[in-house]
Amino acid sequence: MLASDDDILLQAQAWKEAGRSVAIATVIETWGSAPRPVGSHLVIDGDGLFLGSVSGGCVEGDVVTEAMDVIEVGGSRTLEFGVADETAWRAGLSCGGRIKVYVERLD
Amino acid sequence: MRASDLALLNAERAARRAVVLVTDLESGAQRVVPAASAPADPLSDLITQRVRLGKSGIVQDNGRDYFLTVQAPPVRLLVIGAVHISQALAPVARLADLDVIIIDPRTAFATPERFPDTTVLAEWPDDVLPGLKLDPYTALALLTHDPKIDDPALIAALRAECFYIGALGSRKTHAKRLDRMREHGFHDADLARIHAPIGLDIGAVSPAEIAVSVLAEIIGALRKKPLRAEVEKAA
Repeated sequence: MLASDDDILLQAQAWKEAGRSVAIATVIETWGSAPRPVGSHLVIDGDGLFLGSVSGGCVEGDVVTEAMDVIEVGGSRTLEFGVADETAWRAGLSCGGRIKVYVERLD
Repeated sequence: MRASDLALLNAERAARRAVVLVTDLESGAQRVVPAASAPADPLSDLITQRVRLGKSGIVQDNGRDYFLTVQAPPVRLLVIGAVHISQALAPVARLADLDVIIIDPRTAFATPERFPDTTVLAEWPDDVLPGLKLDPYTALALLTHDPKIDDPALIAALRAECFYIGALGSRKTHAKRLDRMREHGFHDADLARIHAPIGLDIGAVSPAEIAVSVLAEIIGALRKKPLRAEVEKAA
């Protein structure tokens, strides 16, 4: 089992070295009762496979979609999720917290 | 992120060295700063502070936002003595995310049955400690009451950088222990690093209560002291 975020970064390296395209998502800021602490990682490959978590499962779907786009076009972007957000109807945090997630491609 | 940066992050962590990835959130520019190189970095103070806390987060410098991904090694607790207190200390320390290793050469004590889910080394401390690397992310608790077993571990700990050294025993026992350590050439400044009698003074009586007081003292040594020192420095 990959318990810690550091193990997940080891996996990201292993995926990259195996020739897979990889993006890394990181929780960079939280407000209120966010489910995962700042520094938590989600690692995504070009096929949408992922490891780790940035929330309790509430927003992972959206992060994976954005990550696959980042893998295509490169660069990095910051995503924001929360109940007050306009995206709440499709991906919100039921716990009432808000989180910011930084998504970048592993080059 | 560059694959080479990720490889460096992972390598530093595998070597049990703290390391920080600095990301400029506007430009996306990144650099890896091993804790040892932090003093030379433009964000040296902010990086050093974050490494001590072991926490990632956003910091501001000159109006720019940076995200610091902090990778501190897992904190380890080496317990000398597979005794009753250790049986309570191992599970509570694990709850607090410490990697626990129990060391006791007495094979009747150091058994997997007495310590389920815990690494138990039925060896003399002087045989195994050199291979365990007593680094700044290691705590050492001496719990055997037996100088034959405790003293070699204490000598190794005093020569190393571990962030916490605690020793069980009454003030009288401890006074004798300090005398023995002076004979080994240690000075009062070295000996002041030893927490004895071990544990926060919460009036603990049972082995489980003593275990909680020891764990609390270890957490205090890990989290609180650098902050207090910073406050004093600023004052």
